[in-house]
Amino acid sequence: MTATLPSRQIPAPVGTGRTRGRLPFVESLTPYAYVAPFFVLFGIFGLLPFLFTFYVALFDWNPIGDQTFIGLDNFTRMLADPRFWNATANTVSIWLLSTIPQLALALLLAHVLNHARLRFALFFRMSMLVPYITSVAATVIVFAQLFDRNYGLLNWLLGFLGVGPFDFVQTTWGSHLLIAVMVAWRWFGYTTLLYLASLQAVPRDVYEAASIDGAGGWKQFVHITIPSLRPVIIFTVVTSTIGGLQVFTEPLLISGGVLTCGPVRQCQTLSLFLYEQGFGQYEFGYGSAIGVALFVMVIVAAIINYLLSSRIRAER
Amino acid sequence: MEPTTSGTAADVVTGASVGAAFTGAPPEPGRHRGRLGRVRWWNYLLLGGAAFLCLFPLYWMFIVASTDSATATQMPPEIVPGGNFFHLAGLVFDTVPFLQSILNSLFVATSIGVGHAVLCALAGFAFAKLRFRGNNTLFLIVVLTMTVPTQLAVIPQYMIVSWLGWVDTLQALVVPGLASAFGIFWMRQHISSTVSDELMQAARIDGASTWQIFWRIAFPIVRPAAFVLGLFGFVSAWNDFLWPFIVLKSPERFTVQIAIKALQNERTIDLGLAMSGSFLATLPLLVLFVLVGRRMVAGILDGAFKG
Repeated sequence: MTATLPSRQIPAPVGTGRTRGRLPFVESLTPYAYVAPFFVLFGIFGLLPFLFTFYVALFDWNPIGDQTFIGLDNFTRMLADPRFWNATANTVSIWLLSTIPQLALALLLAHVLNHARLRFALFFRMSMLVPYITSVAATVIVFAQLFDRNYGLLNWLLGFLGVGPFDFVQTTWGSHLLIAVMVAWRWFGYTTLLYLASLQAVPRDVYEAASIDGAGGWKQFVHITIPSLRPVIIFTVVTSTIGGLQVFTEPLLISGGVLTCGPVRQCQTLSLFLYEQGFGQYEFGYGSAIGVALFVMVIVAAIINYLLSSRIRAER
Repeated sequence: MEPTTSGTAADVVTGASVGAAFTGAPPEPGRHRGRLGRVRWWNYLLLGGAAFLCLFPLYWMFIVASTDSATATQMPPEIVPGGNFFHLAGLVFDTVPFLQSILNSLFVATSIGVGHAVLCALAGFAFAKLRFRGNNTLFLIVVLTMTVPTQLAVIPQYMIVSWLGWVDTLQALVVPGLASAFGIFWMRQHISSTVSDELMQAARIDGASTWQIFWRIAFPIVRPAAFVLGLFGFVSAWNDFLWPFIVLKSPERFTVQIAIKALQNERTIDLGLAMSGSFLATLPLLVLFVLVGRRMVAGILDGAFKG
C-alpha cells in the first residue's frame, strides 16, 4: 500500500530527495561512489591521453631516446608531407566508396523490412546483424580471398561476363574498393536496423493514406520513408564519417600486415599512417601531430552535422 | 548476499539466464507497426539477396576451413564443406597458442561485458534516481565525453599504459573498457522509465540501504537492458583489433584477433589455415548470436543505439 503513496506524503526519513540530510553520512556520499568509476576511467584513459596528444605533438619525442620541444615543427612538416596528403585522400576515397552505397542499400532494405505483413522478418533482421558480429580480422581474410586476382570467386564470376580479372589488392582503386566493400558489408545491416527503428515511429496512417491515394511502394519510399528518416540519416552519415576517418585494420591486413599498405602506399589510411609513424618509426611527436589532425577532422565533421541537423529542424 | 548476487550478474552476461531475464520483456518491436499492403515478390528477392550477402562470406570461410588451401585456388570452386575441418583446426592450435588466445579473449570480453552491465547500471541508477549535488552537471559531462574522439589518442594512451607497467597485460585491455558514457546514458534511460519512485520509497521504509535498493530492486528490473548493453560490450571487445595490436607483445597474451593475424604471418600462402583460424575465432560469437541474437536486434530496434 505504501508503494502507491505519492512521494510528498511520505514522512521523513524515507524519501530519496528532500530528506537526504537525515540519511547517514555515508549514504549521502554513495551517489558519488556510483558515478565515480566512469569518471576515473575516462579521466585516465580518455581525457588525459586526449589532452596529452596536443602536448606530445609539440615535441620531437622518441620513446626510447630524447624529447626535444620543437613547437609547431611537426605540423609544418606534416602539411608538407606528401604521405600525409596521400593518406588523407585515401581515407576520404574509402569513406565515400563505403558510405554512399551502404546508406542507400540500408534505406531501401529498411523500407522493405518495415512491411507489417513481411514473413520471415526475424530471420532477415538477424542475418543482417551477422556481419556486425564477425570480426574485421576474419572479414579481411575472407574478402581478400574472394577478391583475389588469380583465384578469387569474384574474378571467376566476372570472367563469365568477359571482364577482368581485376587486381583488387595491388591497385589504388581496387584496394580502395575492396576496403570499402568490407566496411560497408560490416555496417549496412546495422544501419538498416537503425533506420528501421526510426521508421517504426512513423504512424501507419501516413502510409495507409498514401496507399489509398494510389501511391505505390516507390512513391511511398521517396515521399514518406526518406523524409521521415532525415535525422537518423544525418546521424549515420556522421558516425560513418568518424568511423571512416579511423579505418585501420582492413588496410593493415589486406596487404598482409605491411604498414604502408602496398609499395606506393596506395591504401594507407590516416590511422595507419599514424600507427606507422608512432609505433613503426618511433616518432611519437609526429604521430601525435597526425592524431591532432584527425581530431580536427572529426570535430569539423561534427560541426557540419550540427549545422545540417539544425537546418533540418528549422525546416520543419 | 554477495556471492549469490555476483553469480547472477555473471549469468546475465553468459546468457545462462536469458529466458528468465526476459520474461518481462516488451512485445517484439515492429509486430504491430509498419506499413500495410501486399508484400511484392521483389521485396523477398531483395531481402533474400541481402541475407545471402551477409551469410555467404561466413559460409565460404567454413568451406575453405573444412577442405584445404587448394579449394581456395581452384576453379570452379567447391561449394560444399569438406571433411578436413578437424585436421586444419588442429593445425591452427599447433601453429599459435590458439586455445590460450580464446581464453584471453573470453576473459577480456566477459569482464568488459559484466563491467558495462554493472558499472553503467550503477551510474545510471544514481543519475536517474538519486538526488545529489551536481547530479545534472555531472550527467551533462558524461554526455559531453561522448563527443571527445579519444580513440585517436593511441600514442599517449600507450604511454600511460606503459607508465602503469601494463604493456603486454590483459588488464590494459579490460580496465579502460569497463564503463562507457553511452552505457550510462542507456541505463539511465531505462532505469528512469521502468523503476518507480514509489517502489524505492517503500524499500526505504523497510530500512533498505541505497545499495540494497539498487541491487535488490532496480537492477533486477533493468536486467534485460543491462544484458543487451553487456552483449554489445562483449561483442565489441571480442572483435577489437587496434588496441590489443598495440598493447600485446607476447603470443601467450594474444587475443583471438591478434592470433588470426599471427596465423596469416606464419604461413602467408596457407589460406586453409588462416580461414580455419578465422572460423574458430568467429564460432563462439556465432553460437552466442544464435542464442541471444533476437535480443540484440530488439535492443537496436528499441532505439537504444541511435546515440
